[in-house]
Amino acid sequence: MPQRDSVGYTIGVALVLCIVCSLGVSGAAVALKDRQEQNKVLDRQKNILDATGIAYGETGAPASELKPEKVTQLFGRIDEKLVNLETGEFDTTTDPKTYSERAAAKIDSESSVIDTVDGNPGFKRRENIVRVYLVRDASGKVSQVVLPVYGKGLWSTLYGYLAVKSDLKTAQGLTFYEHGETPGLGGEVDNPAWKAQWEGLKLYDDNGEPVATVAKGPAEAGNVHAVDGLSGATITGRGVTNLVRYWTGEDGYGPFLDKLDSQLEGMPQSSADSAPESVPTKQATEE
Amino acid sequence: MAKTKTTDILFGPVFRNNPIALQILGICSALAVTTKLSTAVVMSIAVILVTSFSSAAVASIRTYIPSSIRIIVQMTVIASVVIVVDQVLKAYLFDISKQLSVFVGLIITNCIVMGRAEGFAMKNGVFMSFVDGLGNGLGYGVILISVGFFRELLGSGSLFGYQLMQLDRNGGWYNPNNLMLLPPSAFFLIGIFIWVLRTVRPEQIEEA
Repeated sequence: MPQRDSVGYTIGVALVLCIVCSLGVSGAAVALKDRQEQNKVLDRQKNILDATGIAYGETGAPASELKPEKVTQLFGRIDEKLVNLETGEFDTTTDPKTYSERAAAKIDSESSVIDTVDGNPGFKRRENIVRVYLVRDASGKVSQVVLPVYGKGLWSTLYGYLAVKSDLKTAQGLTFYEHGETPGLGGEVDNPAWKAQWEGLKLYDDNGEPVATVAKGPAEAGNVHAVDGLSGATITGRGVTNLVRYWTGEDGYGPFLDKLDSQLEGMPQSSADSAPESVPTKQATEE
Repeated sequence: MAKTKTTDILFGPVFRNNPIALQILGICSALAVTTKLSTAVVMSIAVILVTSFSSAAVASIRTYIPSSIRIIVQMTVIASVVIVVDQVLKAYLFDISKQLSVFVGLIITNCIVMGRAEGFAMKNGVFMSFVDGLGNGLGYGVILISVGFFRELLGSGSLFGYQLMQLDRNGGWYNPNNLMLLPPSAFFLIGIFIWVLRTVRPEQIEEA
């Protein structure tokens, strides 16, 4: 074929190829979109359930092993709300379905500068409006609040959920749904034995300062503010310390938790201690 | 070429002419996704699908491709197949696709896929190119899965996430080798694999 190297033929082939390939790719993307969205929603719900410990408490299995229907059913007790971090009030003007935190953090008018020195999550800005999840017990009382948190570890940003008991001062659980830390070292933030230590951790000291700590090495016995460090993962541990302190502090959910506390006080409370208080198993850590 | 047997093309790349062990191609992803056996298996399947279908697609249009833009055409075909595979993984194997993260997308840059499209599919028929892609994907998969097997077993004491050796940090007896969880260990394992392969088949040893 002599005309195979002519300009017109080359452009023609390139055009046809582009059209065929783009049809194939967009066809697959459109056809599978619903399923992918479902997966994403389900994945987020499972992580929230894992942070609260509800799934384990009621079915004896972590949420990741539950059937989708069961997850949806358990999640029915959880309300999704948007909160303005500046005022600490619920935000009702934004649509939670379309709102994206990660996009908002990049827009100057929808985010604020992070200037804390102690407990800096490693970012310059954070979004003003965030999602929180109110967990209700069987009688409809708020038993836990789940707060999305994120911050830099060693290699990656850790995205997770911090569940707080209804006294709003004690952690119920911490779980990360997205991170790229080294498996076996920093990646051990996913280890159930380590995560279990967060239950009952006191997030604030007597002056109301956020003091949650991932220790270096084993946490001191009797320290209610610390969990054991992860061996070989000092920087990941420091990142977790910083992000928990930041998000529980004045700059993070502090104002919201204060407001919520006074709101919750008005209504009858489910006791924070009603959840079975498991003694955190202190594990031996090597350096 | 027409006389070459299909089985040779299919199984040749697995040991005789392995793309990783002999041609030392596609090492990047072999380091990144082999800390667990399950991700290694899914990655292997993804690469097998991509190499076989992109080779077949390139072969089917090989007489129409102008030689001046043939590399771009191959890249476009490969990229499209990779995106489709990535979308399917996200829809049906969400957890694993989350762990594989960018590495499925990076199959596009895997030299094996490109090498087969340019080196074989441009000169051979659709069926043979498909088989060739399948064989090379299998060769890649064999290395990936064996590396993943040792890394997960020695690094985490488990296989497919099923705990075989209780770790000492969870109250068991096995003190895991953390090096196995870091990328360099894949280099050592691939090196050992090449060593064994060349001891068994001395004809693969290159002239110094």
